[in-house]
Formats: sequence, C-alpha cells, structure tokens
Amino acid sequence: MTFELSHFNAALLFALCASVVFGITQRSTPRAMLRYGAYCFALFVGGVIVAAWAMWLIKH
Amino acid sequence: MANQQNTAAVQRNARNAKAAQQSSSMATIAPIAGWLLPGLGHFIQRRWVRGLLLMAAIFTMFFFGLAMQGKVYSFNTGDLLDMLGFVGDLGAGVLYFVARMMNWGIGNIHRAVADYGTKYIVVAGLLNIIAAVDAHHIAIGKKS
Repeated sequence: MTFELSHFNAALLFALCASVVFGITQRSTPRAMLRYGAYCFALFVGGVIVAAWAMWLIKH
Repeated sequence: MANQQNTAAVQRNARNAKAAQQSSSMATIAPIAGWLLPGLGHFIQRRWVRGLLLMAAIFTMFFFGLAMQGKVYSFNTGDLLDMLGFVGDLGAGVLYFVARMMNWGIGNIHRAVADYGTKYIVVAGLLNIIAAVDAHHIAIGKKS
C-alpha cells in the first residue's frame, strides 16, 4: 500500500499529529492543551503558507 | 494515649514510604513503557484519553511514513545525518523493531513523497520520546 499525498496535504497531516503531541505534553489542563494544540497547528500551517508565498515571490 | 499517637504516626510513615516507593518505580516504568509502545506510559497512569491521542498521532505518523515509502534507518556509523536518523527512528520503540523485522521502510529515492515519509518516521520517534518524558513528569508529580 502506498500513499501519494501532495506536499500541502503531507504538511497538514504532519501539523495535525505534531500539534496533538505538543498540546498534550506541553500543557497541564485539557482546556490549555486544546488551545496550545490549536495554536501550534495554526503556526505550522501559517508557516507553510508564508514559506510557500516567499518561495513564489523569489521565483517571480 | 501517647502510645496510640506513636502507632498512628508509624502507620502514616509506612503509608507515605510505600506511596513514595510506588511513585519512584512508576517514574522509571512509565517512560520505558511509553517509549516501547506509544501512549502506554500514560495508560498505566490511567490517563486514557491522553494516551489514546498520543498513540493515534504517533502511529498515524509512523505508518503514513511507511505507506509513503519512507526509509527506516538501521544502525550505522556512516553519515552523521544517517546516524541521527537512526536515533530518531529508534524513539518509536516497538514500531521501529517491528518495521525492521518485517523489512519495511526500504525507502525509494525516486519519489519525492518517500522523502516526506522518511521525515514522518523520524519525527514519529522524536514525538514518542517527548510523550515518554511527559509520562515521567506525570509519574513524579511535576504534571497532573
């Protein structure tokens, strides 16, 4: 079985899994875990989008 | 009266000593169990939801990495990045040993997505180490 994920989908899946682990391990209460996990996910995805636009601008 | 107070104090001390001993053994067992099987360090401390979420996240990363034809590093003394890749992969515990025994994770240098898979597998191992350390922190009472 092989998977053909696009770069963006691979980045989304990576961000989701890493954010879950970061949220659970770096905070103590469930509410804080959820907030921190969402924050990490937003930073991961936001970073991908910013880097993608930066590369597009460099190319053009 | 004084005799009864002494007996109660001795019993209380014995209970505290037993609790401290259990906590000490859990502080050793939890991270090892968490390293061997992702989430197990939390399960044995009755953190069911946290353990399940950690297990799901780490298993997903590891098996998606394999499905993307990522490479599982074996022990090596060659390139520094290969050695670090081995250390990262080893963090996945049983998942790593099963992958090596089943000869999974040969890698495919002709596919770009296979390189993502290699990174997924390494990061799954590193995340599992973070989860194992978290299990240790719960065991020593540093975290609830």
